[in-house]
Amino acid sequence: MSTFIEAERLSLRYDDVTALDEVSFTLTGGKIYGLLGRNGSGKTSLLSLLAGYRKPSGGTVTVGGRPVFENAEVTGQLCLVRGTGDAAVSGLKVKELLEFAEHLRPSWDAGYARELVDLFELPVDKNAGTLSHGKQSALGIVVGLASRTPVTMFDESYLGLDAPSRYKFYDALLAEAMAHPRTMILSTHLIEEVSALFEEVLILDDGRLVLHDDAEALRASGSAVTGDAEQVDRFVDGMRVLGEKRLGRTKSAMVYGELDADRRARAQAAGLDLGPLALQDLFIHLTEPANAHQGETP
Amino acid sequence: MFDDRSPIYRQIAEQIEADVLRGTLRGDEQVMSTTKYAAFHRINPATVAKAFQQLVDDGVLYKRRGIGMFVSPDAPEALRERRRKSFFADVVEPMVTQARTLGIPLSDLVQQITELSNKDIRP
Repeated sequence: MSTFIEAERLSLRYDDVTALDEVSFTLTGGKIYGLLGRNGSGKTSLLSLLAGYRKPSGGTVTVGGRPVFENAEVTGQLCLVRGTGDAAVSGLKVKELLEFAEHLRPSWDAGYARELVDLFELPVDKNAGTLSHGKQSALGIVVGLASRTPVTMFDESYLGLDAPSRYKFYDALLAEAMAHPRTMILSTHLIEEVSALFEEVLILDDGRLVLHDDAEALRASGSAVTGDAEQVDRFVDGMRVLGEKRLGRTKSAMVYGELDADRRARAQAAGLDLGPLALQDLFIHLTEPANAHQGETP
Repeated sequence: MFDDRSPIYRQIAEQIEADVLRGTLRGDEQVMSTTKYAAFHRINPATVAKAFQQLVDDGVLYKRRGIGMFVSPDAPEALRERRRKSFFADVVEPMVTQARTLGIPLSDLVQQITELSNKDIRP
């Protein structure tokens, strides 16, 4: 099945709160996508809509050209793992929960699930609700990976996991993505730790999509321009400035957009220092309150 | 090992070029497969593939169908030649600019370089 995902002016409102505001994007599928955003930016709302857990208040979302909500043909191809939430409320033992997951997904791989259970050292005879936070997250990860669904989404699945377990998750995810390519979407704010895994990145801020691009393009897109304040102002004129710092006559401006050789030469001639901006810094500046609502999707 | 401040595919390509220049990777030696490299460094396989493709396009690596990627036998010399060409722009020009800012006369600079290279010749 095609995993071409299309969101068109997708909105979600709870009473008078707008969780997601006319978000539009296209994911061609078969890649690892990073969904970044601060707490309350709309990540979980967006994933809930993609998984068909909720009905959009406005706009549409389709997978393979077909609407998701209340469409069993589509939702059977999707798997959303939400933090630790689902394991805790079930009241089932770990092995029962895995059997239930197997029953739901025709693409389930039981042998692979057992390997993952061993990897994360999950006690299969224990009640899932009594597991530690980290083990519940790990259980969710096992369900997501072993489901082998064409679209698999992990919503902050690292919560409660210690660093060694998080790296086990990243390694397993990458190995799985290479052995059985499919669409995987990870929401996170541990950017530095996982961003190398992403092929594309979407950044949500205050319910809006402020950016969607190739991860590699983003790494080339942020620069810090530092030097004499007047010269910096002249240089960044007309560019998208994400933030500024000033100390005396020296100013540093964070700009978004790749700088070509011509611009670099101009900076050098003006005595300005150009430094790269890490993805994490780019994320922080793009989602700063001062920048809210002036976002644009390329 | 790789950071988020510039495209990772460029950092991978530079890393492999450095290995070739240092002799860690020799001509006709096989390099790690894309999947192994991606798993080892925890990098998206598409990013690794892009780096390897660039190295193939630049003549540093060559493909053997069904077997893998290898270092071109003339890659060390070709890389050295390319670095020689950019050496003046990358190293000498900034040095001269800096010397001028500090008020160091060009003759001092030349004298210093001559002394250094004489030291290299007589061990």
